[in-house]
Amino acid sequence: MSEALVVERLTKSFGRHPVLRGVDLAVAEHEVIALIGASGSGKSTLLRCINLLEPVDSGRIFLAGREITGARNVNEIRRRIGIVFQAFNLFPHMDVMRNVTLGPRDALGLPKAEAEERALALLERFGLADKRREYPDRLSGGQQQRVAIVRALAMRPELMLLDEVTSALDPELVAEVLQVIRELAATGMTMILATHEMSFARDIANRVCFLDQGTILEEGPPAEIFSNPREPRTQQFLQRIIEARRL
Amino acid sequence: MAGEGDRRADLEVEVARRGRLFDGLRSGGDPRRSVVIALASTLVFFGLVAFAITRAPGWPEVRSQFFNWDEFRSTFPEIARAFLLNVKIFCIAEVFILVFALFLAVLRSLPGPVFFPLRALAIVYADLFRGIPTILVIAMLGFGAPALGLSYVPKSVIFWGIVSLVLIYSAYVSEVYRAGIDSIHPSQEAAARSLGLTRFQTLRRVILPQAVRRVIPPLLNDFIGLQKDTALVGTLGAVEAFQQSQIDTNATFNFTAYLSAAVLFVAITIPLARFTDWLVARDRRRRQAGGLAA
Repeated sequence: MSEALVVERLTKSFGRHPVLRGVDLAVAEHEVIALIGASGSGKSTLLRCINLLEPVDSGRIFLAGREITGARNVNEIRRRIGIVFQAFNLFPHMDVMRNVTLGPRDALGLPKAEAEERALALLERFGLADKRREYPDRLSGGQQQRVAIVRALAMRPELMLLDEVTSALDPELVAEVLQVIRELAATGMTMILATHEMSFARDIANRVCFLDQGTILEEGPPAEIFSNPREPRTQQFLQRIIEARRL
Repeated sequence: MAGEGDRRADLEVEVARRGRLFDGLRSGGDPRRSVVIALASTLVFFGLVAFAITRAPGWPEVRSQFFNWDEFRSTFPEIARAFLLNVKIFCIAEVFILVFALFLAVLRSLPGPVFFPLRALAIVYADLFRGIPTILVIAMLGFGAPALGLSYVPKSVIFWGIVSLVLIYSAYVSEVYRAGIDSIHPSQEAAARSLGLTRFQTLRRVILPQAVRRVIPPLLNDFIGLQKDTALVGTLGAVEAFQQSQIDTNATFNFTAYLSAAVLFVAITIPLARFTDWLVARDRRRRQAGGLAA
């Protein structure tokens, strides 16, 4: 099995506040990784560093075997990595179709017809085709987040990064978004998802990584991490989650 | 500097206030009764003001000097023709201001230490040209530049008047644009860059379209000011509405010509102000409706 992504000894500080203190992570092709951990443990920062949205302080990141840290062709690399944000971040002045075709047309240089064909196929697949002429603020949170996922998928990325994509949603809208992610996993998409949805992580992930104080403290198959965590801090974290009735 | 944001907020408050002014007519129970009361109180108020003014000892003098109907009729056509020059100056200056100011605003929004000199230049420019009175810039450039006697430098005072207005107003308008750019949340840029768009593509497709839409009302507000300031070009000797009215006044020793010029300016600036209000109101309605029709 070849590695889709390798992260080596990654560190990142904001000012004097260290967020990542040496993260090591290897993700195989078609693997689904769930990043769990308290707020501020560095989940989002790790994803943003992988997508080169944040410059790293030290350490190296390899995408499909090639180092991307310090790369000059940042835009080309970002085209190969899709990211979906907690707050959707759709472009409010563009309708759904334009949101989804912007990347393929401007970044990949696809002709309009081809980009729209590609977009429509994806929108149909996720039940959003009838919304293609709507503007984002006419859509529910769940629909917006599904559009955001489609927007990332339209670039045909090798790797998808999902940054707490259900955290900003009303509880009744969470399921439709999780269903989309489930379907992506079923088609073999390589994914790293930062999440607070522990039962979902247990269902979908091949591997769960517990991020604590800027390092991956413990990782393993979901059954092991959730049922039988070794580290006291993992145990404490999961205990708090259980008390909050989120597991 | 929070100036532009404040100004936009002021503008919205202003429009909301006016909205309430008319709401008062609608909301007071029987609408017809409200209108009658408003009408009556308006008539009484202005009647009293008119009474007080016309009873003033100097009124007959003022009336013949400033409100002379025959003077008005005889000076108006000429001043109206001269006013076309104001409109022309306004239109030409406006196009250049919109482009140049956007360029300045983009320079100022460039990130990173590499672009520090460009950012600094844009800041110094904005500070400088917002600091100097418009009439001084017009005088310095309008009298100074042609005096250089360089063959490739235009000698037309109108040309230098327009250049001065472009330099001054671009400083203001660039601040308006910048407020718009700053108001776009960084997550929009992150989303665009994450798709692999370049910095320039992000600016062009994502940041500027949203920023410009947000600042159209304050932009129009600045253009109302620009339309009035075209009269300053008259100080260079260009025969625009103000200069023409001064010529008439000097010839007849009657000041009614100024009134003709004022009427012409108001005829342009008031519709522009109403249009700005209408845009702000429409923008708010759309935001409340939650839709953004293209």
